[in-house]
Amino acid sequence: MDWLDEQRANFEALGNFSDRILDGLITTVQLTVISGLLGFVIAVVLGLMAGSRSLWLRGPARVLIEFFRGISLLVLLFWLLYVLPLFWIKYDITLPAPQDNTFATATIALAINYGAYGAEAVRSALTSVPRGQWEATTALSMSWPHKMRRIIFPQAWALMIPSLTNLWVHLLKGSAIVSIVPEVNEFTFELDNLRRPTDIWFSHAFIGLATYFVLALILTLGMQALEARAKHKLGRGPSLWEILSPDPRPTPPDAASAAPPRTKAATTRPRAGKETE
Amino acid sequence: MTSPTLAQHVLAQAEDPGIVDETGPILDWGFAAEIFPEMLMAFLKVTLVVTVVGTIIAAALGLIIAIMIMVLPRPLAWIVRWAANFIRMTPIVVQLLFLFWSFLWLDPMVIGVIVFGVHYATYMSEVYRAGIESVPQGQWEATTALSMSAVRTWRRVIIPQALRSTVPALGNYAISMFKDTPFLFVISVPEMVTVAQTIGAQTFRYNEAITIAGLIFLAASYPTALLISRLEKRLAYAN
Repeated sequence: MDWLDEQRANFEALGNFSDRILDGLITTVQLTVISGLLGFVIAVVLGLMAGSRSLWLRGPARVLIEFFRGISLLVLLFWLLYVLPLFWIKYDITLPAPQDNTFATATIALAINYGAYGAEAVRSALTSVPRGQWEATTALSMSWPHKMRRIIFPQAWALMIPSLTNLWVHLLKGSAIVSIVPEVNEFTFELDNLRRPTDIWFSHAFIGLATYFVLALILTLGMQALEARAKHKLGRGPSLWEILSPDPRPTPPDAASAAPPRTKAATTRPRAGKETE
Repeated sequence: MTSPTLAQHVLAQAEDPGIVDETGPILDWGFAAEIFPEMLMAFLKVTLVVTVVGTIIAAALGLIIAIMIMVLPRPLAWIVRWAANFIRMTPIVVQLLFLFWSFLWLDPMVIGVIVFGVHYATYMSEVYRAGIESVPQGQWEATTALSMSAVRTWRRVIIPQALRSTVPALGNYAISMFKDTPFLFVISVPEMVTVAQTIGAQTFRYNEAITIAGLIFLAASYPTALLISRLEKRLAYAN
């Protein structure tokens, strides 16, 4: 009975803290989504630059990618929070300073760090698009934006999604370190507050780790759906609607040979990790 | 877990910029040279030790997990796989905090080594799984034809062949673990970035300490990454 009473007390404490825990969860989701999208933009820009033939584009991109991949996330975070403000003070910069909005600073740090990893995924996906496709766009004398938007990127997109999914889960997990940044009360920070009235098993394992796991699963499933859609658009698999429909319609013979998206993603995972880490 | 000096300093700086010495140069090389030995010691004594011991644990445990998932009966294998997925998909920071508060009597560095080792073992098990799956079916059939025992089959035939192709991927995870070691900050292990932060808090000069930390990370991880990518190309060529 002791144990039950203890759990009742734990849940009571959780009830008292529910507002803050929920706020923290929302902050973590915001961090993950905003810096994920920002990081994706960085990844595409740097990836396209790194994949280009011009040295003037490739050189700077390589330096930036290796630099931000090489220094650790926490170092980048500290550098933005402690060192960058000095430039503001010294040179009287009137733009908003990094320490005024720590949430934005943390978002940018996450986006830059994981964007640099993503750039490598984007670049390797671009090089995996068959040579003939590139040559065909040249033969049809397509403009660069046209061929990227219509021919190359849609094919590379389907290839890069598994790596980007892994990176996004990494970003979600990495966002827990933002708990040390002042004034950003994200989920891990609030868990530490919950630890005091409850016990560590309840706060960190039962609530904390489980919630992060569910978030990561949702992220993975969402990205797998996106991958299925990207493949269907290229004519290489059933549509999302067909996968989700309760009564499976007979799939056309050429689509039947394609593996379902779940196993596809699972088989590409080890390779994807190799490319992005 | 939140270092009070950190929060206070950033807030104090926001309210009163005069707290920072703005007359001196942004990077004081003399001061940098002064603190460099202390930071290098923290790097060698903590960061490198955690990375090396963590990698050894991860490489061994990862292989055990991969084999367990393949040889255990289905329900047990399913449990091991989802336990590994659970560890892989949850943040290292929360895992560190969880074990730190659960085992207060343990040295935080031991906790760090265990968490990094187990966390990265779940990643490495995936690498091993791919390696084991790439061993041709004929090898398995040959061991059956020679009526080798299961242990002998794994030890003498499958694992030696599976390991070859996994080395670069394991190396990449070791680098990734190295870059995650600053997360030990949350359980106050005096690794390099924690030392840099402490120096900054004591002297109000963060620039040199944090910049040096970043440069040491770059100097250690970039050449290793280059080495591994060369190894990768070599192995791909050999196959």
